[in-house]
Amino acid sequence: MSAPLLSVRKLRVEFATRKGPLVALDDVSFDIARGEVLGVVGESGAGKSLTGLAIMGLIDPPGRIVSGEILLDGERIDHLSEDRMRLIRGPRIAMIFQDPLTSLDPLFTVGDQLVETIRAHQPLSAQAARQKAIGLLGEVGIPAPEQRVDSWPHEFSGGMRQRVVIALAMCAEPELIVADEPTTALDVSVQAQIIRLLKRLARERGLSVMLVTHDMGVIAETADRVAVMYAGRVVETGPVREVVHAALHPYAQGLMAAIPTLETRAVRLAQIPGSMPRLAPRTRPYCAFHTRCDKRFEPCSSIAPPVTRMGGREVACWLHEPVPAGAAR
Amino acid sequence: MLAFILRRLGSAAIVLIFVGVLAFILFRYVGDPVNQMVGIDTSIADRDRLRESLGLNDSVIVQALRFLGHAAMFDFGVSYQFKRPVAELLIERMPATLELSLISALLSLVIGIPMGVASALGKDRWYAKLLQAVSLAGISLPTFLIGILFIYLFSVTLRWFPSFGRGDTVKLGTYWTTGLLTSSGLRALILPAMTLALFQMTLIMRLVRSEMLEVLRSDHIRFARARGLPARSINFRHALKNSLVPVITVAGLQLGSVIAFATITETVFQWPGMGLLFLQSVQNVDVPIMAAYLLFVAAMFVAINLVVDILYLAVDPRLKTTSKAH
Ligand SMILES: Nc1ncnc2c1ncn2[C@@H]1O[C@H](COP(=O)(O)OP(=O)(O)O)[C@@H](O)[C@H]1O
Ligand SMILES: [Mg+2]
Repeated sequence: MSAPLLSVRKLRVEFATRKGPLVALDDVSFDIARGEVLGVVGESGAGKSLTGLAIMGLIDPPGRIVSGEILLDGERIDHLSEDRMRLIRGPRIAMIFQDPLTSLDPLFTVGDQLVETIRAHQPLSAQAARQKAIGLLGEVGIPAPEQRVDSWPHEFSGGMRQRVVIALAMCAEPELIVADEPTTALDVSVQAQIIRLLKRLARERGLSVMLVTHDMGVIAETADRVAVMYAGRVVETGPVREVVHAALHPYAQGLMAAIPTLETRAVRLAQIPGSMPRLAPRTRPYCAFHTRCDKRFEPCSSIAPPVTRMGGREVACWLHEPVPAGAAR
Repeated sequence: MLAFILRRLGSAAIVLIFVGVLAFILFRYVGDPVNQMVGIDTSIADRDRLRESLGLNDSVIVQALRFLGHAAMFDFGVSYQFKRPVAELLIERMPATLELSLISALLSLVIGIPMGVASALGKDRWYAKLLQAVSLAGISLPTFLIGILFIYLFSVTLRWFPSFGRGDTVKLGTYWTTGLLTSSGLRALILPAMTLALFQMTLIMRLVRSEMLEVLRSDHIRFARARGLPARSINFRHALKNSLVPVITVAGLQLGSVIAFATITETVFQWPGMGLLFLQSVQNVDVPIMAAYLLFVAAMFVAINLVVDILYLAVDPRLKTTSKAH
């Protein structure tokens, strides 16, 4: 396998608070290959959005990356100046957010926003940029793009606005799109269309996608590989078929058990009793999931499980790791 | 658009009629008009004759309608103290007040908005903190105190600017006298205009600052950053425009209150405007002037509100479609 397009290594993000730092991401590692769709799942607050923002260099104070690396095509991008990062955002990596209703500037037409974005990255005339904008709107499935290009954002429905958002993300022809729950705010009826659009763009343009979602069904259908996050850590990664059918981590097993069938699409994540722990001021000296885990044993509550590689899969769980002698109390 | 303006004009008329009734009550029942107009030695018979000729013996409704009818024709009666038509007095004083107020409003926008932007973008820098501290002083010091401090500093001590009056004025057309075209007029304007502007300026600065900080946190700004737009465009094209939408309302209402509250500044600087006239008329219970001034201020606010609504329509495309749909 060639070098991954994106590689996140041991990423740690903290928030400075009045009572000291809180660890929001701890030891997060994963790769995305060219043309690959990586699904990212985990319950709300697990750190999925933060991971996406970290890749974009968009974590605002009081949050910051304390350690770890983010590599794009083998080059570190986690410590670049704002000016250099601007050359990455758009032409290399683009990000789309959960709520298409608030993602567009209400005071500018869709065309203005597209043209501005295109010209921020390419030396095109206003006329040429407008033609390109119309082409993009057509490509993402907006009917009559020549007319719609002059519409205001509020004149589009939620699903259409998310298409516009995707067109905006495509303006500078990125290699990777971070899609943070792109369908969560949409009607169930249009969710599938947006996912299909993303899949098509990924296939036609050879895009890589980091697809964050609550919907395990979408992951099962769309992603090549999946990363499961829990309390700021990646607890399991692997090819989607293997993880869906034979998850290694008990939390991932719980999630997969509740994958909705086609008939019960509306059902969201599994109902695992208990809730995720709050952010802690330092690395947890135990497995964050142990309080909810029915397979826990001695080491789980006293040592954090390391990440174990098992073929193409990785898991952080004592069930799959020899317990060091004398560690159990 | 036209329907919208007509609708707003309708409600403006209702507001003005309501204020007109208030002005009438003030006019008719604060003090006795007859006592104000005659000397102590006037006989009771003469008083009664005057009362009859002024129509004060008619029913209240008739009097009120007559008052409103006259007011609609800009006839507010005769000032007790000056024995001249009130409308004439107001028109004479209006240019002074409007020039002072408009220049102050302009100053507060032209200085207040950039200060607000600077203090929002420089969030934790020293100059942003300095601006915040200074603005707190500007908002909490009463206008008359600022005026007196300015006079003490710039007129008495430094002798840069005159401490009172309007300087030389030039006549423009039949009604307008302007101080903006003479150097003594301009010099006389600076201190009162700064005094009057200071409060609004800090208000606008703080408003722009808080709006801008809010907008900078919004989703569409985050998305603009995620698309790699340059900081200049994010801050000054997208964030600033969105921040200014609510500022339009406040700035409009502030212009109204600048005109209404020029009274204090005009008094401190003996500025020959309507506010000074109003205060003199309060001291002398010159009720026709008070009533007319009340109506003038109300009309001012109503007109400004209308302009603000139309401006909104021009700036925010979301409103255009909804008003089209109605
Ligand atoms: N500005 C912030 N200050 C403090 N904590 C934050 C801030 N933003 C996010 N967090 C915390 O970081 C964690 C991860 O958040 P997020 O990445 O948004 O989760 P997800 O997208 O998986 O739902 C959450 O526990 C959240 O409370
Ligand atoms: Mg999220």
